[in-house]
Amino acid sequence: MNIQGRIGPQYSPIQEISVHTDTRDILAHARRNAIRRGLQDWFVCDIDAHHVETVSWKEIVTYIEDPVVRDNAMRFQAERLGAPPYGLNGDLGLRYQSVGGRIPHQDGQREIVEETGVHRDVTLTRRAMDSLGIDNMVVFPTPMLFLGMHPQPEMEVWLGGAYNRWLIDRILSEDERIKSLVYLPFNTPNEAERTVEELGDKKGVIGFCVTSTRHKPVHHNDYMRLYSMIEATGKPLAFHAGYHWQDPSLATVNRFLGMHALGFVWCNMVHMTNWILNGIPERFPKLKALWVESGLAWVPFLMQRLDDQYLMRPSEAPQLKRMPSEYMNHNCFYTTQPMETTHPKALEITLEMIRAETQLMFSSDWPHYDFDLPQEICDLPFLTEQAKRNILGLNAARIFNLDPTPVKKLIAS
Amino acid sequence: MPEFSAGKVTDYADGDRKVIDCGEQEVGIFKIDGEFFAWHNRCAHRAGPVCQGRIMKRVIEPVADDRTIRRQEYDPSETNIVCPWHGYEYSIKTGFHQGNSRVRLRKADITIREGEIYVRT
Repeated sequence: MNIQGRIGPQYSPIQEISVHTDTRDILAHARRNAIRRGLQDWFVCDIDAHHVETVSWKEIVTYIEDPVVRDNAMRFQAERLGAPPYGLNGDLGLRYQSVGGRIPHQDGQREIVEETGVHRDVTLTRRAMDSLGIDNMVVFPTPMLFLGMHPQPEMEVWLGGAYNRWLIDRILSEDERIKSLVYLPFNTPNEAERTVEELGDKKGVIGFCVTSTRHKPVHHNDYMRLYSMIEATGKPLAFHAGYHWQDPSLATVNRFLGMHALGFVWCNMVHMTNWILNGIPERFPKLKALWVESGLAWVPFLMQRLDDQYLMRPSEAPQLKRMPSEYMNHNCFYTTQPMETTHPKALEITLEMIRAETQLMFSSDWPHYDFDLPQEICDLPFLTEQAKRNILGLNAARIFNLDPTPVKKLIAS
Repeated sequence: MPEFSAGKVTDYADGDRKVIDCGEQEVGIFKIDGEFFAWHNRCAHRAGPVCQGRIMKRVIEPVADDRTIRRQEYDPSETNIVCPWHGYEYSIKTGFHQGNSRVRLRKADITIREGEIYVRT
């Protein structure tokens, strides 16, 4: 018998993963699996990953344009003991995401970062990209996803603008592989237009983002000039989902599991319904609308509901020249995460109805608790290799005008 | 089949876990209620490092005679390992997922000789 351990047991250097564990160690299995699947030679683009912007809030508030609010914020961050992020609303559900600490990377990434030449978030993003097998990663904020529900619409303008300028200055400028869809203060349409004008061409900005957790009708005439401007840029407009436990429709849901499962879908279902029935794809045929982080199972559900109802009541949606589902799988694009995989037949039909080969783009949502991996796309038995390559990166390269040359450093540790 | 040392029996207190590098593979050895259990360090969900997760007692929610519930509790007889990637929870004794026994960990063979534990992969 071949006894490998004659020199003693080889204990793994990481016995328990914690908030202090290095991203590369947490994701060591992901890197190994990506190598085994040959992803080094595939262009892989992650359209939705996150950083925790509140860790850098002291820096971000220095980018607030309004000098009085900026002073107030800086003083608060400097002097208030245990200061929460100035001006930022949030949702209490954020406290539950790690399932009581069972999923440590959701609670915090307190790993050692010795590199001093770039911002810490650049280093963490690089570690994630090179562990997951990603060439380009689009980063979104986290607690700011709730900013559309802020009682002060001007605070969304101040904080959204500060975040955008900080991100461009400190993160996007440091690494060509990191990209952003800039935050639009959607509750104030003329400020959203100003954001497109001023920041739409900055390095690393490949599109625009509306955080979906808000009670503004996406079809209101106030937004038509904004959509025209975005359509003219050729860059996509993403609706990034989120939850909000104060939403009256979720008032009876007492488990975070249930609220999260519904909330992340509900906001985009409402916006999509308004988007389609008000004929936005007819009015802006070249506007690329992207629906982010709602998973995929909702799409065939909504297609069936809207198609059935539309045939009975076409006079209520007179701008439509096609079935709602045809707009949803021609004019709209989707990101994968959190991809529902427990019912494989349903997933196969879902991807077929979405026309995944051209409309779907991979997203990880790293470092959140329900993050996905590129290997999940590789392992789907019903997709052709070309479809897998498209979903993992080539669709994103086409839609976002990215160079599809693999540049990642996917090497075994 | 290669065999790897996992240390001495006396290296393990009750409730301990040691993750062993076994060439290309990793195995988690657990001592629970005086017994040893060994599982491959690959979650059934996404091949995450399940054995490097938190060890926690299973959560239960007792139902009273009148079918009401008041609180959650830990089940002292059931110890789970929680995959740190996505939170899949498995019984360390059975390897079954708490909510679906068809989702299970892959067992690793261990033998104990002269007070030393060996893993076969």
